Amino acid sequence: MDLLDFARGPALYFALAVFALGTLWRLLGILLLPWGLIRSPAREGSPSPFSSALKGIVVKLWPHKEFMAGGFFTFINGYIFHLGLAIVVFLFVPHILFIKNLFGISWPGLPSNVIYAVGVITAVSLIAAIANRMTSPVLRLISRVDDYISWVMTFLPVLTGLLAVSHLGARYETLIALHILSVAAFFVWFPFGKLMHAFLFVFSRAMTGVRFGHRGAQL
Amino acid sequence: MTAKTTTAGVAYDVHGDMSETDRRDAAMKGFVREFGAIAAAHMESCVRCGMCANACHFYVATGEPAYTPINKLRPFEQAYHRHAGPFAPIYRMLGIVPSVTVEKLEEWQRLIFDACTLCGRCTLACPMGIDIAELIKEARHGMYKAGLIPERLQLMDRTTKAWGSPATPAEDFADIINEAGEEFGVTMNVDLPKADYLVTVAPAELSEHTKALADVAKIMNRMGLSWTYHSEGFEASNIGYLNGDTELQEKMTRRIIDTAIKIGAKTLVLPECGHAYGAARWEAARWYGGDIPVRVIHMTEFLQEAVNSGKIKLNKIDATASFHDPCQLVRRGGVTKAPRDVLGKLGVTVKELQNHGSLGVCCGGGGGVVSNVRADPIRFKAFELKRREVEDAGADRFVTACGQCRITLTLGAKHFNWNKKVESLLELVADNLAD
Repeated sequence: MDLLDFARGPALYFALAVFALGTLWRLLGILLLPWGLIRSPAREGSPSPFSSALKGIVVKLWPHKEFMAGGFFTFINGYIFHLGLAIVVFLFVPHILFIKNLFGISWPGLPSNVIYAVGVITAVSLIAAIANRMTSPVLRLISRVDDYISWVMTFLPVLTGLLAVSHLGARYETLIALHILSVAAFFVWFPFGKLMHAFLFVFSRAMTGVRFGHRGAQL
Repeated sequence: MTAKTTTAGVAYDVHGDMSETDRRDAAMKGFVREFGAIAAAHMESCVRCGMCANACHFYVATGEPAYTPINKLRPFEQAYHRHAGPFAPIYRMLGIVPSVTVEKLEEWQRLIFDACTLCGRCTLACPMGIDIAELIKEARHGMYKAGLIPERLQLMDRTTKAWGSPATPAEDFADIINEAGEEFGVTMNVDLPKADYLVTVAPAELSEHTKALADVAKIMNRMGLSWTYHSEGFEASNIGYLNGDTELQEKMTRRIIDTAIKIGAKTLVLPECGHAYGAARWEAARWYGGDIPVRVIHMTEFLQEAVNSGKIKLNKIDATASFHDPCQLVRRGGVTKAPRDVLGKLGVTVKELQNHGSLGVCCGGGGGVVSNVRADPIRFKAFELKRREVEDAGADRFVTACGQCRITLTLGAKHFNWNKKVESLLELVADNLAD
C-alpha cells in the first residue's frame, strides 16, 4: 500500500469515524444535560420558540453596525475565509467526484482556475486571521492552544490543495496523498476543538434566540 | 471579611473561614451546578473572535484586554471542561485541564464582579449567540459559595438576610412609607390586607429617592386603584440575583410573590429598578418552583398602561429628552417602546443617544458595580462614554427608568462636575399629572 492508498483508504475512514463518533459524543454530551426550560410567562405577542430560534440563527449572520468599529476586520475576514472554504470544498470538481465516490451524490462545480483563485484568497485570508490573532492584544489574551491547532488543521488542507493543483514541491500523487492526510487530520481534530462551531452555532444562537424572543427583546 | 491582594497586585475580598481546598471545591460545586444544556452549548461555542470586547463599556473605555467579556469567564470555562463537558473524564485522566486554583478565582473576582454589570451588550455582539452575561451571572453563584465576592456585596447580603432589605429593617418600612406620604402630601397605603396591586420598592427609594414612593402613590390614587405597599414583601431589587447567593434570591423572590398572593393582588408592580425586573419578571418562576399566579410588571410598563388607557392625563412638557435605556429593562427585558410611549404622552421629543434601545451603553453601575467602591475608577471611565453620547444628542433633559442607573449616572456627573440632572420617568409622570 503506497501513501496515497493509505491516505484515501484507512486514514480517511479512520478520520471520518472519529469525526462522526466524536461529533455525536460532544453534541450528546451537551444536549443531554438538563435544559432548564423557561418557566416565566412569555411577553404578550412574542413569537413562538421555533420562530425565535430561527431568528436567532439568522440575525447573528450580520453584526450590528454599533460593533463594526472594532470588529470590522474580524467580520469581513471571517466571511472571506468561510465562504472561500465552502466554495473550494464543495464546488471544486475533483472534490465533488471524491464525495460522489464516498456518498453517491454530486452537483455541478466551478472551473478550476476560479477555484484556484478562491483558494489563494482563502489562504491569504487565513494567514491574515492568524496574524491578527497573534498581534491583537485581546485575541492573544483570549486565545487557547485549540485556536492555533484549529487554524493549522484548516490551513494545511488549503495549502496542500493549492500545492497539488500547482504540482509544486513533490510528485502529484504525493501531494494528493498529503492533501488527503491533512483533511483526515482536520476531521480527527474537528470534534475536539472549536471547529465544532460548524454545528454548535445552530444550537448556541437558537437558544439565545428563544431566551430573547420569550422576553420580547431584540437580539 | 479580609481585603487582600494577589501577587500580581489585584485586590480581592475573602469571606468565611475555609481552607483553600474547601474554598476551591465550593466554587467548583457552585460552578458545575449551573451547567445545563444551554450554559454548556454556550461554553462550547466560543471561537475566540474577540467581538465581545467591542461591546463592553469597560473594555471600550479603558482598552484593557482583560475586560474582554469572554475572558471574564476563564475559570468558569476551565471548571466546565474539567468537570462537566463531554470530554471531562478524558481531560481529568490525562491532566489536560487542571483544577482551577484559588489564586485564579481570587484574581478573577475583579473581572466577574467589578468589571461586569451583567448588561449583556456582549451577548448582542457575539456572532455565536453566546449569552455571556448569563454565564457571568452563573459564575457568580460559584464565587459566592467560595466566599469570594466583594465586601460591599457581602455586606448587602448580610443586611438583606437580617432585615429583608439592604436599605432598612422590615419593621421600619411602614414608617418610611408614611413619612414619605407626609413629606410629599400624598395618601399612602401600606400593609392593607387586600389589594389588587402590590407595589414593591428598590433600596434607593428608601434612602435617596423617597419621592418615588410618593409618586407611585399619587398616580395609583389618581387612577382609583386598589393598591398597597406591604412590610412583608417590599424589597424587589433582590441582592441574591446580583451577588450569586441563590438561596437569598429564592428567599427574596418568595417574599414578594407570597405577599402578593396573600393579599390577593393580581399585579405585582416592580420599582424603577432594572435588576428587579430581571429577577422577578424572568426568573421568579424558576426560583419559586412553578407558575406564578400574579402578573409581574415594571413601573415603566405600569406607566405605559396608565397613559395608554387614558386613566391618567398628563400635562405636556415642551422639551426634548434623551432616554438612558436600563440594560435589564430594555436589552434583556424587551421594554423598549414603553418608556418612549410615556415620554411621547408627556409631549417630550426624544433625541436618541447614538447607542440606544437594545444597543444602549450601560450606565456602568449595574450588577452591583455601583455599590462596589473598588470599581469606582473604571465606573467613572465608563461614565464618560455615556456623557459624550448625552452631550452629542443635545437634548434638554436626560431621563431613565432605573434608580440604580440614576444613582450611577448622578455619581458620575458629580465626579466630573457635569451639570446634567438625571431624571426619573416615574417622577416626570407624577409631577405632570393633569387635573
